[in-house]
Amino acid sequence: MSATGIASAGRAQGSGRRNLLATVASLRAWLFLIVLLVTFEIWSQVAYGVSFIASGANIRSIAVFAVAPVLLGLGQTLVIISGGIDLSVGFTMGLASVIAALVVNATGNALGDGGALVAAIVAALAVCLVPGWVNGQIVARLKVPPFICTLGMYGVTRGAAYIIANGTTVPVSNSWLTTLGNGRIAGFPIVVLVTLLIVLAVHYLLAESLTGQYTYAIGGNSQATLRAGVDVRKLTTRLYILSALTAGIGGILYTGRFAAGAPQAGEPLLLDSIAAVVIGGASLFGGSGTVSGTIIGALIIAVIQYGLVFLDVEPFWQFIAVGLVIIVSVLVDQSQKRIGGGGRADG
Amino acid sequence: MGDTAEPLLETRGLSKRFGGVHALERFDFQLAPGEVVALAGDNGAGKSTFTKIVSGVYLPSDGEILVGGRPVTFDGPQDARRQGIETIYQDLALADNLDIGANVFLGRELMTRFLFLPRVDRRRMREEAAGALAVLDVHLDRLDRPVRALSGGQRQAVAIGRAIHFDARVIIMDEPTAALGVPEQRKVMDLIRNLRAKGLGVIFISHNLADMFAVSDRIVVLRRGQLAGERRVGDTEPEEIVRLMVGRDGAA
Ligand SMILES: Nc1ncnc2c1ncn2[C@@H]1O[C@H](COP(=O)(O)OP(=O)(O)O)[C@@H](O)[C@H]1O
Ligand SMILES: [Mg+2]
Repeated sequence: MSATGIASAGRAQGSGRRNLLATVASLRAWLFLIVLLVTFEIWSQVAYGVSFIASGANIRSIAVFAVAPVLLGLGQTLVIISGGIDLSVGFTMGLASVIAALVVNATGNALGDGGALVAAIVAALAVCLVPGWVNGQIVARLKVPPFICTLGMYGVTRGAAYIIANGTTVPVSNSWLTTLGNGRIAGFPIVVLVTLLIVLAVHYLLAESLTGQYTYAIGGNSQATLRAGVDVRKLTTRLYILSALTAGIGGILYTGRFAAGAPQAGEPLLLDSIAAVVIGGASLFGGSGTVSGTIIGALIIAVIQYGLVFLDVEPFWQFIAVGLVIIVSVLVDQSQKRIGGGGRADG
Repeated sequence: MGDTAEPLLETRGLSKRFGGVHALERFDFQLAPGEVVALAGDNGAGKSTFTKIVSGVYLPSDGEILVGGRPVTFDGPQDARRQGIETIYQDLALADNLDIGANVFLGRELMTRFLFLPRVDRRRMREEAAGALAVLDVHLDRLDRPVRALSGGQRQAVAIGRAIHFDARVIIMDEPTAALGVPEQRKVMDLIRNLRAKGLGVIFISHNLADMFAVSDRIVVLRRGQLAGERRVGDTEPEEIVRLMVGRDGAA
């Protein structure tokens, strides 16, 4: 038998340039973050004579700014890796924020502040199950493109959030909830600690568990995954539910932080969450992405948003800055794929 | 056929109609252990219909399927696989973004534990996948890369390795060499010979007469859903197979 010792062919050519590009591409999010921090540091030193980075208050603020993009980005990461997208996360967050506020207010007398907070968390997350489940079912069972399905759900959650909130924000006064939103433990904002726990849980789910394994497999080849006996529908539904739940947690933390439920709480976060995932190196075609990438992506967004506030730049510039980072990030990714024959661009 | 061994797979009077179209009509077929059968026939002859029935994708309209002499019905492709019949699809087989371990074990992952948490055991899956490929005489220098980095022949090897690792007895390949360059085609031919040497049965569909003659024991020709004839490779020649395919030969 002629040895089929199929040595990987066609890998040698042009590998120097390709390796460099691949390295740059895989580290691009880190590079962005570093460039950004250095830029803001110099800017801050020159303009105000103070350090941007060497400030506990700034670091804390950036971390708090990053909470919502991280949370919604985590859910978005799962969905995008599976080859989908969730456009409804922003108003699911708003819906959860409003529900949490209303339930806290309604149950405060009967249950006390602590009990009301528990009731609010349970109610808000329970409500989020609905858009998550419906998204998952429509995408997985009825084969509606995720972009269309979740765009519809964007409208539904948006309308529902405003209707339930009566078109305005819902102020709350619950000491537990506002402590959750603004308190600190050993100097660390509680919202950041809560987010860290969710990050660890999602990291385990994606990188170590069977659910994560199948999430990548579905994104790589859903037909093959189905043929391998994996319940792709159930998995897909689970991912959209998880996406809605991380958005819901974001909404609850928002209500705590601002002592008010707001239907528009997550309005900018649709873009921010997708941006975090893409900047973090995931492919919008599915099959790739990591929790750590998304966190760096979210940090980049938070640094831009907070940094521009800190440097007293008109806040609208942040949209331009984040937009440019997305475009450059995708360009780097694509040029790497085009030159690197090993990875086909079709994903 | 005078084979003494019980056929791995046999069909009797197998038929499939799509509305008025007789895609397959009263087709009798046997596959012995360690036998490679090429399915030949023009476009629309019924080759894919046949392989889809015996891999559980379609229910036959009529007729019987026997696996190891036992009549069976397949409740979907999963069921056919459980009964040892594995189809290698060209493009549907692999998740390009995963490594060979993840692909070989897709749907049947090996697990380990970290404290109380279950974890996918990537290292062990890689090692065992490499073992399954070594059986096919395929050796990869790196196991941790996504399979999109592999050549066409290597990818087929991963799909086949996956099948035999899970005790497939019959491997069905629809145009296994169609998308490949010549050196890679040779490797797939080697893979098929390896499968035969291991006592598996192989059915492969091909449009390439040279391939059929190079690797199969028997050529079964379909024409308009019916058996047009079958020949042992030693007793026939390409011209005869072509005549059977296009139908200018009454004898079957
Ligand atoms: N799903 C289907 N619905 C209707 N007709 C079909 C279907 N699949 C195959 N056919 C018909 O059955 C016949 C055999 O097709 P097929 O098995 O694909 O042939 P081959 O693979 O040999 O080219 C053709 O006439 C084809 O048009
Ligand atoms: Mg066909």
